[in-house]
Amino acid sequence: MSEVKETLTQPILRNNPIALQILGICSALAVTTSLQVTVVMCIALTSVTAFSNLFISIIRKHIPGSIRIIVQMTVIASLVIVVDQVLKAYAYEISKQLSVFVGLIITNCIVMGRAEAYAMKNPPIPSFLDGIGNGLGYSVVLLVVGFFRELFGAGKLFGYQVLPVVTEGGWYNPNGLMLLAPSAFFLIGLFIWALRSWDKSQVEAPDYKIAKHTAVEEAA
Amino acid sequence: MGLRKILDNMEHHFHEGGRYQKWYALFEAVDTIFYSPGSVTKSSAHVRDGVDLKRIMITVWFCSFPAMFYGMYNLGFQANDVIAATGAEVGGWRGSLIAAFGGYDPASIWDCFWFGALYFLPIYFVTFVVGGFWEVLFAMKRGHEVNEGFFVTSILFALTCPPDIPLWQVALGISFGVVIGKEVFGGTGKNFLNPALTGRAFLYFAYPASMSGDAVWTAVDGYTGATPLSVAAAQGMTAVQEQWTWMDAFLGSIPGSIGETSTLAILMGGAVLLLMRIAAWRIVAGVFLGMVALSTLLNFAGSDSNPAFAMPWYWHLVTGGFAFGMMFMATDPVSAAMTNGGKWAFGILIGVMTVLIRVMNPAFPEGIMLAILFGNIFAPLMDHFVVQANIKRRLARVQ
Repeated sequence: MSEVKETLTQPILRNNPIALQILGICSALAVTTSLQVTVVMCIALTSVTAFSNLFISIIRKHIPGSIRIIVQMTVIASLVIVVDQVLKAYAYEISKQLSVFVGLIITNCIVMGRAEAYAMKNPPIPSFLDGIGNGLGYSVVLLVVGFFRELFGAGKLFGYQVLPVVTEGGWYNPNGLMLLAPSAFFLIGLFIWALRSWDKSQVEAPDYKIAKHTAVEEAA
Repeated sequence: MGLRKILDNMEHHFHEGGRYQKWYALFEAVDTIFYSPGSVTKSSAHVRDGVDLKRIMITVWFCSFPAMFYGMYNLGFQANDVIAATGAEVGGWRGSLIAAFGGYDPASIWDCFWFGALYFLPIYFVTFVVGGFWEVLFAMKRGHEVNEGFFVTSILFALTCPPDIPLWQVALGISFGVVIGKEVFGGTGKNFLNPALTGRAFLYFAYPASMSGDAVWTAVDGYTGATPLSVAAAQGMTAVQEQWTWMDAFLGSIPGSIGETSTLAILMGGAVLLLMRIAAWRIVAGVFLGMVALSTLLNFAGSDSNPAFAMPWYWHLVTGGFAFGMMFMATDPVSAAMTNGGKWAFGILIGVMTVLIRVMNPAFPEGIMLAILFGNIFAPLMDHFVVQANIKRRLARVQ
């Protein structure tokens, strides 16, 4: 039981796909200007990762090693098409805002990475849970970034005005940078900073270290 | 030596195990403001001259004073000129302080200076307090020292602000500049971007309404007046020359960011920096030559739809932040290129990019800020190639 819990929760903070493995950054920059779109993207990615892990794990013993990437891609691509069609049918407005980024889930490194690194070596149920866990890890970062970007960039949360903006007679002056992609970089950076201050084991060893000053007596 | 004694008596509280151990960085900062540090390099192995970080930074700080004082005067002059013409009023605490100690006469140097001081000093004060807070906080947490570099960052940041900027934006901008532009990379000497410009760029993109456009360059509410540079970009050189002569722009009686208007005052400070070899002359020359080359080329190329093509190089020099960026921002020894060849390339890149952004990009009338940040990013790469080329050259000699 604890192993199940581990597969599910470990990727959320301890081994976060975005914050520790630095995967899937592109969509984190692109879809986080409003929370509504972010949530849909998170659900889409989590379901694709989970089911691709499940199906690839089921057929893992029948996939020839030499063409495994192509097989994985086929599975993932089919799932993405399903998700895209569902979104177009039931959430057309949001699907328009997400535009190509649903399609680009295919190339999201998290999906491929989990299929290759986990689903190919583990039975279906744990693989499925691992997919959900990594999807949640992705979602946590995206939701945090989306929360701050929408709140400070437009004074809104899920489209509702939380901070009344100056142009409509309120007091809040929206921060235009938050609506531009670089702000997501800064926010992800700050998120990683906070995360690594909390869990020191994620801090990477420095590439180089500046040597100490030579003592005065030694130099003279 | 009363002060030395007081400081010495206090010192043991700040050392390891002392009562105020955490506050050591602050104690050390205060101590080194009054006295030079005790731990100076004693051996002669790498002493070139008496200049250390402390003296470099303080010199740059002093060198920005002509631009600062003239900027204060000009801020008041521009505003009083408008007030005299339109009869607008300045309210609040500034209004009562102006009424108490000065007036609104554009011909009076004191009136203009006092008006400008009431706008500039709050900006500088907020920059100093908020930025200083982050400096000290990181110094305490990370165990490095608070150094005079922040004097430079703060004055440069404050001088690049438009007169009308709200103070909370100043606080936000310098926070971003100091924390994201400098401290996250490890503090002074490890930042690859100029912290003052990083803060300004943040404000520029976050609050374009108070950092660009035509309404922010004069400290009178509701007054719109374009800078020569935006007039040149929109209507061409004839429209500029109808309003200002080249001498106006060179001496600085034009609207603009506080410290950037007077090319003469900037060149005075810049000359001292160059003479003392604090600013690298190769960078300054590179920026200048790059600008002259591309703007002359564009003059010859000409364009029917874009009037900015016809702007000659001597106008590029005196308008906008070009002179200020060239003398004070591009020459920042930390974020600029280190090697001699790299300095040339770095300077030329900035000069060319500035003209390119000014002339070609309709969204940004001014380009020196983005050009310098762009140059900062490429500086390490340029140094790398210069070093590699040198290694190759010397290896060839061995074989």
